[in-house]
Amino acid sequence: MSYKNRIDGRGFDETRPIEAKVGVIKKAHGSALFKIGNTWAYAAVYGPRNLHPKFLQDPQKGILRCNYNMMPFSSSGERVRPGGSRRSKEISLVTEKALLPVLNLDEYPNSVVDVFIELPQTEAGSRCAGICAASMALADAGLDMKDLVCAVSVGRVADKLVVDLDYSEESYPDGPVADIPIAMMPNSGKITLLQMDGEVKKEELLKVMEMGKKALLDIYEVQKKALKEKYQGVEM
Amino acid sequence: MYKELRSHIISLLSADTRLDGRKLAEYRQPITVEHGIIKTAEGSARVKIGETEVIVGVKLEVGEPYPDTPDEGTIIVGAELLPMSNPEFELGPPGIQAIELARVVDRGIRESKALDFKKLCIKKGEKIWMVIIDICPINDAGNLFDAASLAALAALKDTKYPEFDGEKVDYKKKTDKKMKLEKVPIAVTVIKIGSKFIVDPDSEEEKAVDARLTVSSMEDGTLCALQKGGDHPLTMEEISKMLDIGIEKGKELRKYL
Repeated sequence: MSYKNRIDGRGFDETRPIEAKVGVIKKAHGSALFKIGNTWAYAAVYGPRNLHPKFLQDPQKGILRCNYNMMPFSSSGERVRPGGSRRSKEISLVTEKALLPVLNLDEYPNSVVDVFIELPQTEAGSRCAGICAASMALADAGLDMKDLVCAVSVGRVADKLVVDLDYSEESYPDGPVADIPIAMMPNSGKITLLQMDGEVKKEELLKVMEMGKKALLDIYEVQKKALKEKYQGVEM
Repeated sequence: MYKELRSHIISLLSADTRLDGRKLAEYRQPITVEHGIIKTAEGSARVKIGETEVIVGVKLEVGEPYPDTPDEGTIIVGAELLPMSNPEFELGPPGIQAIELARVVDRGIRESKALDFKKLCIKKGEKIWMVIIDICPINDAGNLFDAASLAALAALKDTKYPEFDGEKVDYKKKTDKKMKLEKVPIAVTVIKIGSKFIVDPDSEEEKAVDARLTVSSMEDGTLCALQKGGDHPLTMEEISKMLDIGIEKGKELRKYL
């Protein structure tokens, strides 16, 4: 079976429409909103601040703590019960690992940088949207960073390699599917998140990751533009 | 609370002004209400009062009625004080602050009969609609009570029933049938600091609160829910004055819905 056209008519290497903005939560030290199609992610950064309980503290450097949470009304099906699920805990963990390589927290011993990711509405690709928002919020908070982090899901739907799977593609009934969320540091090209569910050959995987890189560089431009926009009109 | 900040707030209030230059009974501006912002919810709204921003989403589920009200649906109100929205909020199950917020919003809707629970009945004694209202603050810069109450009503007003075939709810298909608001209760929280009364406290003022009274009232001034908070007691005269302010400001807030 051949997968011919995407539901919304975009090309196989195209993402859904993307919008990004920083400074959306005034209470936070840094914040961002990242939208990709119908998936929206807020991220708020607090810190570096004191870390409690004390036994979690690292006297050598600050630690990064991420929390991914879907709002109760964010799923198109039934209400999502509040409080962490096993899924959201795992996503929080891989998000942390995706962001840590760009951060330098050596100057903040015994402290924590908290990143809260909240999803008001989702339709596939929510962990990647969360990572994109979080990396912008960290930059907005003025933390010492080597690079931003861009994330998107790539994969395979039947016989086609695709970028930014939507919900109908993740559950495509007429052929094997692979869903592969990736995150990259755009300047070095290094990968900081890689997960895969489904079936794919090694050659296909490498090829679709190359396809994803192009989309990630586009996302990087959107992120940079949003960060610059905050300071537009500010006298230097 | 820093003593100096509190005494500064009190001295400003005695000169009829506040930290941000507002009058005592003045809400922050702009106040905005946006309907239908969340596609995955059956109804939703975003309310901003100054820098405070709250999103409320409504989900509809089919459940069984309570045995004592076999022909009535029900509402469930949840509030999560997201740590994203305020550095003082922590992760974890809802604390007492969140529970109080949800209960005050719940009673405003329930006791005013804003929704006719009988209209939520699908089949007497068997199936009813459960209206689940979730409050998520995005930025808590003070006065979540009023913002959340307003957003909850706005979200209900925006709610459309999904398709239900007697067995399963098809959330992908929204029908044209809208939820009807029978009454529109508006909550106004009146704050007492020292001997003065204010509305719409910001985060600093919230820390200086001696007593607060959340007044939910209808268009004609009928009261439908009250909640006193804060550590200080109130005299009858003070309560009377706070009710007057609550009812009057309610008329003003009502226009934004």
